[in-house]
Amino acid sequence: MARNRSCLYEEYVWEVPVRATHWINMLAIIVLSVTGIYIGSPKTLGLDPSDYVMGWVRVVHFTAGYTFAVSVASRIYWAFVGNRHARWREFVPFLYPEGRRDMWRMFLYYVFLSRKVPHPTGHNALAGATYLLVFTLYLVMVGTGFALYAEHAPGGVMHTLLTPLYALFSNQGMRLTHHMVMWLLVGFAIHHIYSAWLMDVKERGGVMSSIFGGYKPVKRGE
Amino acid sequence: MPKSSDEREVVPRPSGASVWEERGISRRDFMKFCTAMSAALALPMSLVPRIAEALEADGRPSVIWLEFQGCTGDSEALLRAASPTVGEIVLDVLSVDYHETIMAAAGHQAEEARLKTEKERTGKYIAVVEGAIPLKDGGIYCCVGGRSAVDIAREVCGGALATIAVGTCASYGGIPAAAPNPTGAVSVSEAVPGATVVNIPGCPLNTDNLVATIVHFLTFGKLPAVDGKGRPLFAFGKRIHDNCERRPHFDAGQYVEQWGDQGHRKGYCLYKMGCKGPETFHNCPTQRYNEKTSWPVGSGHGCAGCSEPHFWDTMTPFYRRLPNVPGFGIEMTADKIGLGLAAGTAAAFGIHGVVSALRKGDESDEGKEG
Repeated sequence: MARNRSCLYEEYVWEVPVRATHWINMLAIIVLSVTGIYIGSPKTLGLDPSDYVMGWVRVVHFTAGYTFAVSVASRIYWAFVGNRHARWREFVPFLYPEGRRDMWRMFLYYVFLSRKVPHPTGHNALAGATYLLVFTLYLVMVGTGFALYAEHAPGGVMHTLLTPLYALFSNQGMRLTHHMVMWLLVGFAIHHIYSAWLMDVKERGGVMSSIFGGYKPVKRGE
Repeated sequence: MPKSSDEREVVPRPSGASVWEERGISRRDFMKFCTAMSAALALPMSLVPRIAEALEADGRPSVIWLEFQGCTGDSEALLRAASPTVGEIVLDVLSVDYHETIMAAAGHQAEEARLKTEKERTGKYIAVVEGAIPLKDGGIYCCVGGRSAVDIAREVCGGALATIAVGTCASYGGIPAAAPNPTGAVSVSEAVPGATVVNIPGCPLNTDNLVATIVHFLTFGKLPAVDGKGRPLFAFGKRIHDNCERRPHFDAGQYVEQWGDQGHRKGYCLYKMGCKGPETFHNCPTQRYNEKTSWPVGSGHGCAGCSEPHFWDTMTPFYRRLPNVPGFGIEMTADKIGLGLAAGTAAAFGIHGVVSALRKGDESDEGKEG
């Protein structure tokens, strides 16, 4: 152990845009979920017809929605210009043999069939593939969210740009999708926090703190 | 508003003008109607004289009114007005050559009247279609005078100057086309590809919108601008929710929680009772029904989304906000399922965590790839 510790050095893994979008996404998802649940099944909180409870909740929801959309778009952009841990290749491990091998090893560890904890410097392969799915869900949420929002102005710019979505979803189907994907993302958040804790404990790679500071302790190769 | 003596100077009065007075419509009421029509069509006031001129002109087009898989609700809406209105008479003085419900002729005589108009006024008459058209098994599920609906519709609409689909069934298939659609019912525009069709959905349609469409046609010689679903923008360009008289209660956060509760009595928003106003495009809140007397939300019942395509399949359940999730029982709402999903995830990872915490001897790579 002592020998190993002496070989550790710090590697800058998560660049500022990666960390910033991570936390903005988290805050936005919390705000969007709480306000979204209220919008979906409100309680009578207004005491007077001149109150503006739902009005404000919707303003917050739309503002958080725009913030989330910009954050998601920024992260996707960064997947093409960032360092190798931020790159799009990290999210499609199933496309190359090494990635498939890493996914399989990680899977074996998760289902208690292996005692070896893979410890890649960036995303583990299984997590990378999961984030591809998560970002797909993000895009579904952003798309359906703006499509529902644009219904106040049919024929407007946003409504016109989102025409394919109105063809893809029935009006109510779009609302149902927007609800169900929120719950999928809540499920993901639970899994995500748990896995981060598990990896922090088992990998001993400081993955939890790395998303704050960006650095990870990495053992230098011989 | 100018006085009536001024109007006489502004508006030219061809021979047709006396028709209105003969029918007991005063000049003042006539001009009020023209103004109301320009408002319904969102036209500038300066076009009111032009509308008046068009309505007074002679040579109004013939109309063939076909009814197929419908409940006659749209004809009823047209006929059951509380008192004769200018709108009714506009439709009256259109030469309605064929309308099964109201025509005096019957049998072969009636069919002859239709054929006569088709032949003599080819490309000049307006076809109005009420009800859906079944296509399955050669269209045998709706026949009139021994001929299938699709056959008649293709003949009549094919030779028409324009076709107006009245009501949701003619516009989008409506209730006859609802799952499982045993007769293969479709809309007029699907049954008669290539025909110029304007859809005026609604269950029933709002007669004002039909009259305004016809007035637009008489005034400008063409059908009004339509949206992607073939509906006139003047009537279907805005969402019910955005023009609703209960909207302030929605924004305030005041909702009917159950039928007959305090909120219901006070006229709060019907959003939680499954009102489909937020997903329906129609001018009900402003135009209203039956001489602007009322409309569903105005009388305390949520919108059922009746003017939207496939409303019977997609807007149900009518008293819930969201559709049922396919594969789950009707008591399971999307949010209950979602909550279960989240709880299940938490439980699964909780167990995984306990097992992982108790497990000794896991060995980390310690980031050896560097």
